[in-house]
Amino acid sequence: MKQVTHSVTLETDKCIGCINCIKKCPTEAIRVRNGKATIMSDRCIDCGECIRVCPQHAKKAVYDPMCEMDRFKYKVALPAPTLYGQFKFAQDVDYVLAALLDIGFDDVYEVALAAQTISDHTAEVLPEAKKILRDPLISSACPAIIKLISIRFPELVDNVMKVIAPVELAAIAARREAQEKTGLPPEDIGVFFISPCPAKVTALKYPLTYDKPVVDGVLSMKEVYGKLIAALDKIDEPPRLSTAGFRGIGWASSGGESRAMGEELFIAVDGIQNVVKVLDEVETQKLHHVQFIELNACPGGCVGGCLTVENPYVARTRITRLSKMVKPELDKNGVDPLKVAASEVMWSNTLEYQPIMMLDADRGTAMRMMSEIEKTAATLPGLDCGSCGAPSCHALAEDIVMGIAQEGDCVFKLRERMQALFDEMMKVQAYMPPTFGVRSAETEEETAEKDLEEEKNTGTAGAAGTAGMTGSAETAEDAEAEAGSEGSNGANGSEGADPEK
Amino acid sequence: MAEVIRHTWQVLADDYSTAGEASASLKKVLKQLGFAADIIRRVSIAMYEGEINMVIHANGGTASAEISEDRITITLADSGPGIPDVGLAMKEGYSTASDRARSLGFGAGMGLPNIKRCSDDLKIETEVGVGTTLTITILA
Repeated sequence: MKQVTHSVTLETDKCIGCINCIKKCPTEAIRVRNGKATIMSDRCIDCGECIRVCPQHAKKAVYDPMCEMDRFKYKVALPAPTLYGQFKFAQDVDYVLAALLDIGFDDVYEVALAAQTISDHTAEVLPEAKKILRDPLISSACPAIIKLISIRFPELVDNVMKVIAPVELAAIAARREAQEKTGLPPEDIGVFFISPCPAKVTALKYPLTYDKPVVDGVLSMKEVYGKLIAALDKIDEPPRLSTAGFRGIGWASSGGESRAMGEELFIAVDGIQNVVKVLDEVETQKLHHVQFIELNACPGGCVGGCLTVENPYVARTRITRLSKMVKPELDKNGVDPLKVAASEVMWSNTLEYQPIMMLDADRGTAMRMMSEIEKTAATLPGLDCGSCGAPSCHALAEDIVMGIAQEGDCVFKLRERMQALFDEMMKVQAYMPPTFGVRSAETEEETAEKDLEEEKNTGTAGAAGTAGMTGSAETAEDAEAEAGSEGSNGANGSEGADPEK
Repeated sequence: MAEVIRHTWQVLADDYSTAGEASASLKKVLKQLGFAADIIRRVSIAMYEGEINMVIHANGGTASAEISEDRITITLADSGPGIPDVGLAMKEGYSTASDRARSLGFGAGMGLPNIKRCSDDLKIETEVGVGTTLTITILA
């Protein structure tokens, strides 16, 4: 299998082995082992949910440092439209674009502009696609969703639109434009995306649906933010730089992509857990009347990406304001069709189902494992507490059968075992081997003699003798009671005591 | 002996929102067992339509699935009103669903025809006033 590399990684030192991330992962890709979270690489879709929930900030996204830019003579920034919503004091998009030039980029190419082209393309292919597909066409813009579908929704792989993401189109166009402008060889031109999320970092560096990466680096919005804030301060009258309209800028938040197409029978779903529910419904054909589904892994859409700075709700409102300020004629703009051919907008590789949830390639074996899993799961408490390091009791049962966990990992099972061991210990402790019994009978005789002595002293007439094998810690009263109730024993006892009388 | 995996779900009357859960959990199992996408899709549609039928017409019921290596058998059993005319019920667009069900977007008369389309074998045992049991077989 192809080695998958991820942007989402763990800072081991910071991880305390709590269970916050394992419970939130939509593909159950995280387990706690040796007190630290570990990510199963083939299951991770880089959605960033674990980054969002980690109270220790031990999960992080890996991206390129800004100094990567220095490798190139001519540097082009590809700002995601989400970037525009991050700044309180940016009066319009031109301010943000001018600030990018100020921090060291030689040119900017708006991803929002490419988004408008993708919207046009989608609107064009939709009627044709709907003839073939019974169910809705699914947006291919969010890479975390593409990966989610490829591992969890095999039936929907064909419903995903086979077009590259706006950032990829922007990168191709930006590179060609820069080559034309400067006459420099391609290796001197550096094209950098400013990303709101780790999923886009991974998707651009290790593309799934085409072969060669189209960008030279992916920077984090968080990191660039600090530099831009300082630069924005210095900008008074930015030049006219913006090329994208309302349609493209709107892509930053959930619903923007669908609106840009002018599609009415669409739904826009945000937040990975909501997405999973909706995809389940698409699979059962519950949503066949819907034409197009826009899916964003992050809450609120890209503005909710975990590499952004601004609260997504504030960013969303700001983006709405900014997109209303741009000139309406910019809505008609798009990527120069002479620079990027329509065929280049399509994926060159097909999206394939990765059956990583499959227990075994041989169905007979998989069935036996499944039976075993169900049997094991039935013995677990079903509380899904996560203390075993797996996200649910069922996941632990799967892990046990797959040999990567054991029953004792369950704290309740461990307690049961300890209780059983304890009971066993008590039994062992209480049992007296025959040889011990003889020895203890001797000592008991001595005690019994003492007891008799005492009884004589207190004037109680008693026939208490050795109470047989029942134990040596009995008090005089116990011995008395026994002598009274257990006839034969008592008689034996009397026999023993007789010579004394 | 060949392994058989069984699952059972209760489908509640008038509960349109949880209908589909049985279908979703069965789907998860089939994916883990490595069944082909097309098979999983047919099973999940048939199961979902069956669940909805029991919600709309039959005061709920029991959905169960029996998975073996070469086939999946779904049994949907209810003690509802029964189907007076099976031939009519199998016709696309024919529906006896209540206005309430229709107002929720159900009851388009496609339930049984859809189940039929997705299955390799469909057995309907029904008696008016007693109930209905559908046995759906999908070959893998």
